[in-house]
Parts: sequence; C-alpha cells; structure tokens
Amino acid sequence: MARKKKTKKPLSEYSAGELILFRFRKNKLAMIGVGMFIFVTLMILIAPLIRPYSMVVKQDIVHRLNKPSAEHIFGTDELGRDLLARILYGGRISLFCSLAIIGIAFVTGAIIGGTAGFFGGKVDTILMRVVDMLMSVPSALLAMAIITALGNGVWKLVLALSIGQIARFARMVRSSVLTLRNREYIEAAKCFGSSSWRIIMKHILPNGIGPIIVSATLTLGSVILSISSMGYLGLGVASPTPEWGTIISENKVNIQYYPYLGIIPGICIMLTVMSVNFIGDGLRDAFDPKSKK
Amino acid sequence: MNWLKYALKRLLMLIPVIISVTFILFIILSFAPGDVARMVLGQDATEEQVAELNHEMGLDRPLLVRYVRYMWDALHLDFGRSWTGNFDVLGEFSHRLPYTLLVSFLAILFATGVGIPFGIASAIKQYSLLDYGSTFVVMLLFSMPAFWLGTMCQLLFCLTLHWLPVSGINSWKSFILPPLILGANTMASMIRMSRTSMLDVIRMDYIRTARAKGGSRRYVTRHHAIRNSLIPVVTQIGISFAGTIGGAVVTENIFAIPGIGTLLINAVKSRDVPVVMGTVIFITIIVGVINLVVDLICALVDPRIDLAS
Amino acid sequence: MENDKKVVLEIKDLHVQYNTDDATVRAVNGLNLTLHEGEKLGLVGETGAGKTTLALSILKLLPEKVGEITKGSITYKGEDLVTASEGHMLKLRGHSISMIFQDPMTSLNPTMSVGDQVLEVINLHFPELSSAEKTKKVDEMFNMVGIPASRKGEFPHQFSGGMKQRIVIAMALIAEPELLLADEPTTALDVTIQAQILELMRKLKEEFNSAVVLITHDLGVVAEFCDTVSVIYSGMVVEHGTVEQIFEGDGNHPYTKGLIHCIPSLTDTSKRLKPIPGRMPDPRNLPQGCCFADRCPNCMEVCKQRLPEPYEKDGHMILCHLYDEKEAKNA
Repeated sequence: MARKKKTKKPLSEYSAGELILFRFRKNKLAMIGVGMFIFVTLMILIAPLIRPYSMVVKQDIVHRLNKPSAEHIFGTDELGRDLLARILYGGRISLFCSLAIIGIAFVTGAIIGGTAGFFGGKVDTILMRVVDMLMSVPSALLAMAIITALGNGVWKLVLALSIGQIARFARMVRSSVLTLRNREYIEAAKCFGSSSWRIIMKHILPNGIGPIIVSATLTLGSVILSISSMGYLGLGVASPTPEWGTIISENKVNIQYYPYLGIIPGICIMLTVMSVNFIGDGLRDAFDPKSKK
Repeated sequence: MNWLKYALKRLLMLIPVIISVTFILFIILSFAPGDVARMVLGQDATEEQVAELNHEMGLDRPLLVRYVRYMWDALHLDFGRSWTGNFDVLGEFSHRLPYTLLVSFLAILFATGVGIPFGIASAIKQYSLLDYGSTFVVMLLFSMPAFWLGTMCQLLFCLTLHWLPVSGINSWKSFILPPLILGANTMASMIRMSRTSMLDVIRMDYIRTARAKGGSRRYVTRHHAIRNSLIPVVTQIGISFAGTIGGAVVTENIFAIPGIGTLLINAVKSRDVPVVMGTVIFITIIVGVINLVVDLICALVDPRIDLAS
Repeated sequence: MENDKKVVLEIKDLHVQYNTDDATVRAVNGLNLTLHEGEKLGLVGETGAGKTTLALSILKLLPEKVGEITKGSITYKGEDLVTASEGHMLKLRGHSISMIFQDPMTSLNPTMSVGDQVLEVINLHFPELSSAEKTKKVDEMFNMVGIPASRKGEFPHQFSGGMKQRIVIAMALIAEPELLLADEPTTALDVTIQAQILELMRKLKEEFNSAVVLITHDLGVVAEFCDTVSVIYSGMVVEHGTVEQIFEGDGNHPYTKGLIHCIPSLTDTSKRLKPIPGRMPDPRNLPQGCCFADRCPNCMEVCKQRLPEPYEKDGHMILCHLYDEKEAKNA
C-alpha cells in the first residue's frame, strides 16, 4: 500500500480528462454497466456466428412452443421460430436504432442549440420558439403523429423518435453555450485575442460537452424503452421483423402458459437499459463529482 | 389576485402555442399518403363519387386553406369526423377522456404519494437498508419497459392469482393495476428526485443554522428541510405529467381501457388523420394546463418565485 | 492576562478528525483554549486551519459519521460537552451557546419569513411565553439589530447581505446566550457593511455581556474588536495573548509575524507586503515536527523532529522552539 502511494502522482498533476476517466473507472456500477453493454453489443454483432439469419423467420410447426432446451436455448414461439435467433437479430434493431436516434438528435440539437446560443438575438428567438413548440407536445404523441403520416418502417421510426428528442438537446446545448459564453475564462480568452473558432473548440466544447454526453447516455436508455414500446404497440417495426418489443407483443397470447416467451425478451431489454443507465450515472458522477450522492 | 392574473396570462400564452402546434401537426399529417375519399367510400365507388367527396372534405384545396378551415371549425368546437369509423372526434373524445384522466391522475397520485415519502426517507436514512432498497427499486423500474411490467403483473395478479380483472372497466378493481403500472416509472423518478433534493437540502447552511438554534434533527427536517426539498420535485410533477399521458397509450392498450390511448393507437394504425390531430391537440392543451397549475403550486411553496414578473 | 473572572469555556487537547472514504483529515490537533466571562477572543488563522471545525465541535454539529472528536475535552461552565447527551445539547444550542455563520446569503431558510426564523428560537427555548410576549421580544430584537419590525413577514431574498447578517445576529442573540461563536461574520460582506456589523456586535455584546469567540482571518478585525487573540495553525493554537501582546509585544511566533506582515498598511507605502511562502501542510498527512517548519524562516533541525513545548510569559503563550531555546539559555 505504502509503496503504491508513493508512485501515485498527486491529484493536482492529472489533467481534467484523466481525472474524469479515473473517477469513472473507480465507479463499480459503471464498470458493471460497461461490461454488460459490451457483452450485449458483442452478442448482437456476432449473432450470425450463433444463429444464421434464416432461423429468425424459419417456421417449424412441429417444434412450436418448445420450452427452452439444448437445441433452442430460449425455446421457440407459436410458429416454431427460435427465440434466441429472434432476440439476437431483434437486438440489432433495438440497439442500433436507439444509437441512431441519439446520434441524429444530438447532432441536430447541437447545431440548432449552438447556433441559437452563439448568435443570440433574433436567430435565438425564432429557433427557441420552434423548440418550445416541439417540447409542448408529449414526445410519444409527436412520434405517433409522425408515424401516422409516414407509415411503418424502421427508418421512419428512427425519424419519428429522434424529432421528439431534438428539442431537448437543442435546449441543453443552447443553455450551456449561453452560460459558458459569459464565463470569465471566455472573456479572458477573448482578451488574449483568440478567434471565435478557437474559443468554441478549445474552451466551450470541452467545458460544455460533459453534461450533454451524460444526458445523451441517460436518454439512450429511455429511447431503447420507447422503441420497444412502439414495437409492442405495433407501430414502426412490424412483424415478422423481430424487435424486442414486437417479440413480446407477438407472443402476448401465449405468455400465460409459456411465460418464458415474455420473460426472456423483457429481461434482455431490462439488462441493456440498465447497463446504459449505469454508464450514464457513472459518467455523471465522473464529470461532476459534487453531484455524487 | 396576483396568481389569477398570472394564470390568465399563461392561458393566453397557450393560444399561440396551440396554433403553431396544430400547424406543425397539419404539415406532418399532410404527408399521410393514400386517397382518403377512396378509403372512406371503398373500392366500389366511382371516380366521380371520389372526386365529389374529396371536394366536399376540402381535400382538393391547398394546405393553408385547409388549415384555416380546420382552425375555423375547431373554434366552433368541430374537430371533424373520423375517416375510418362513423363518429365525431370531439364526441368520442369526451366519452373517452374521463378514463384516461382518471387513470393518469391515480397514477400521478400513486407516484407522488409513494415516491416522495420514500425518497425523503431514504435521504434522511442515507446508506440504510431502506435507502439501498429504494435505490434498487428505482434502478429496476428505470430499466423496465412499462408494457413488460404491465404484462408480467397481469400474468401474476390477474391470470395466476385471479385477484384483479385482466382487462376492461367492469368494477373499481379495474382501476388498481393500470395506475400502478402507469405511475411506476414516475414513482421511480419521484424517489430519485426527492432523495437527491433532500440530500442537497440537508447539506445547506440554513439547516445547520436551524440546528445551531437548538432544533433537533427531526424538528429541523420537518420544519426546514422537507418544504425546501419539495420545490424541485413539484416542478418535476408537471414534467412527468406529459410522460404519463404518453404512457397512458401503452397502459390502456395492455388493459383494454377505452380511453384516449386506445383511440389514438387505432387511429395511428388506420391513419385516421382527424382523430390523431384532435387527440394530440387535446392532450397538448391538457398538459399545458396541468403545467400551469403546477407552476402555481410552485409559487405557493417557494416565496422566491414572483408571479408578477 | 490574569483574569479572575469565571471561566466560560475551556478546551483541552482537542483532536477532531474527518473520516472520508480515502483519507483521514486531521482538522484539529491538540488545541487548547480558555475563555472567560465577557471576554472577546479572536481566533485567527488561514482557511483550513480548523477554525470552523472548532466552532462546530463546541456545538457538537460536526457532519455526522464523518466528523469525530477523537481526544480531549470541551468544558462549558464546568460541564463536559464531548460526553453530553444530544438532549442536553439541544437545550444549550441557540440558548446558551449561539453561532453566527459565515455566509448570511445561505444561512437563512429561503422559504420561511425572517420573522418566523427569529421567532423559532423563542419557540424552541421559551415555549412557556405567551404569543404576545414572543412577538414583543422578536420586535425588540429586530429594532435592536436595526431592521424595522414591519419587515418581519418578508423572506430572506428580499434583504441585502448586510441585512441578512443582521437577522442572523438577531437569531443568535435573542435568547441572550452566554457564549457567542461568530464564524467569519463579516467576510462575505462589503467593507462598509463589515464595520457596521462589527459595531452592532460590539453594542449587543455590551448589552448581553456574552463571551464571544470571533473566528476570522482578518487581523484588522481582531485588533479592532477583541481582547485576546489565539492564532491557529494546522489545528493548533501556536500563539495566544492579549491584543497588545500580539500586535505590540516583542516576541511573536514566526507564523504570527508572517500574518502581520501580510496586512497592507495605509501609512507605510514604501514597504511591499511579505506573503508567507508555501501552503499549510495537508491535513491528511501531517508532518512529524512543528507544522509550520516547512514555511518558517527561522526553521531549525529540531523543528522537523518534534513539537515544541509551549513557552509562556504573562499569559502570552507561544508554541515555538525559538522560545524554547531562549528559555533554555536564560535558565
């Protein structure tokens, strides 16, 4: 112990980034979250090695509603389709769509909010009015209205759900740009003659990005839940394309006697969302150690 | 009278919001494809009949004209008729709204009534069994989709134990499980919010001042900490309400409650534009009004909020 | 200073530490202090010297499960506070021992009217009074601190910083305490307001004849307000004496000298201020010998090895090997 302490640098010598990483690594739940998330992603990515895509749709009436066994680890559904295969390939849609939604909302929101915050004045007023308007409609309803117009489809679902998130990101980015713009060190940088671009890249971005990344991670969890809820309601992704929510919905009638059909996909959603939430909480505590409770 | 003025001002501010929201919805929903008149009349109708109906519904006119006409009708409380079913949007809405509101209010009641005390208790007894327990429950509820929790509870309490009815609205027992499921997520965020807020507050200087005045810990918690810790939580209730109404769509679907949610889902699936339009506008108004009420409550709790400015 | 008045507060060899996840922070290390009736003691030291910790230890309001008194005694009018029950402490706090906190901006409850916050002290300690008597007392107190009683119903955010500190003082003094702990009561305020608040405290002190412990890092404030001074460094009293002994006496602790050199002077413009080099030792990792050794201009070999014994002359105490040596030579 004593020797270890000697070799350790004093805390003041670490850069801000190193400190954040250091605190994040020390957070046990966050590390569990990272582990779980890597596992889920890996399983989804190597799905073809575990089950060929054909098994997702291959019906096998003879082996319908088989309880979990060596051959079908998660059992089979009403049509004799392998539940494991459906969950693996369904996860691709659930997870990748969520990431796409967050990505789209993040980038668009950052552009809108950043522009509004940095330029201020009329641009700000107009952009924020639109954002306020979008925010006054509950996001689930907005998504449903968009789906009414566009119809079912994976990418249409992504579009519908990301529009509801853009407003939040735009607001967040704007307010952090606004607070940072008036900070003393930005003033100081301006006094030293730094260009606007340099100020944005060197000062505003590193200082403002933390909370936004944290919020993006935490939102990812709720977006995964939204996608599966939409799937459950039969909006967006339609059977026979597998998606975690659709899988539960299509097995609804059989859940009473074959509960594994509902429990297994549910647990998949839960573990994925939980891992994302752990990571988000860990990031929040790492970026802002004062908020740690 | 200050608050009355404020409430009126806020209500007036709701008008431009509603106008612009309807406009955006109108644009979005104008992308809905398909020949509406054909859909309404069926395959046997002649071309002339279809064109006539299109003209009658005003669908052959430009978007802006249709929008103005829609708003004009809406002003006279005419939100149009469903394209797929034979009913009036407003009439159907007024039949269904009570169920949705009842379930949503019960859900919020449950979420705040259970969530806030638990959150505050776990902050006071930080690192106790209660604290760890409620943190764990929060963690679970945050990662569980409501439809799954609903389905599983239905499986356990209704289909296996037969304590509660599976679906429908046959007795008061039908209104036990749906609010619990709908409120579960909000309850989790209430626990988390009030815990965090309480932990913030009990570290405040004025709490130490109150202790230095000779108040016992229990006294100070009761007279100083709780009220202050509730301020951010009350604001959160307003925000949660929007989410709760959105969640009601799922809950109503699981338990087959004939509220607005089931209406909306069917309308979205059959692309029944007037119904979707009407539903979203109504819910936006309701959420706006609820937020106004919550802001008024906030002003009551927090003297720093000045309604006049 | 010889004083035959009664001793109000006596602290002997007090050790306080904070136990955090990764370290033990030793905030107070063997502190001794005596306070007589009606005495105004200034407690001077840098940020982090353990001044506030000391005040919180006296009230036993150290952060729970973190702050801990590990050794020593605090005696208030003959009774030991370290072992006193919480129930007994409740009776003392706000009634016999009051505290004024550093930041008036945050030490008032934002959602309670200021009148109610002052009244609360009366309700807690004199519940037997009738409500008319209570109101009268509160009104009197408001007048005494210079705030019209008509503003009782207003909330803290409606007052300026100086006004808020007046209200805090009203809360602290309404029960006429025998001991008042004032933790940097003027630090957060403008200079002009500072003078007003000090004047008010002096006036009220005469009125109630409370003993006062004034915690500050401002030697000017001490010279103006106090009778006696204790200089605190790393949770120890390194020098104690009357104001005259400290500011005009011949011998000072090297740290006190350093502090005095840091006071800007209006009359003497030629001299540059001499800051004390270095920082206070990390309270998580205290050195073996004298805590000031690293920064001391007169540091000797012995300073790094062991703590000095206190040297005392006419009640002027100095904790430094320099005076140890002198003593040895004289003997």
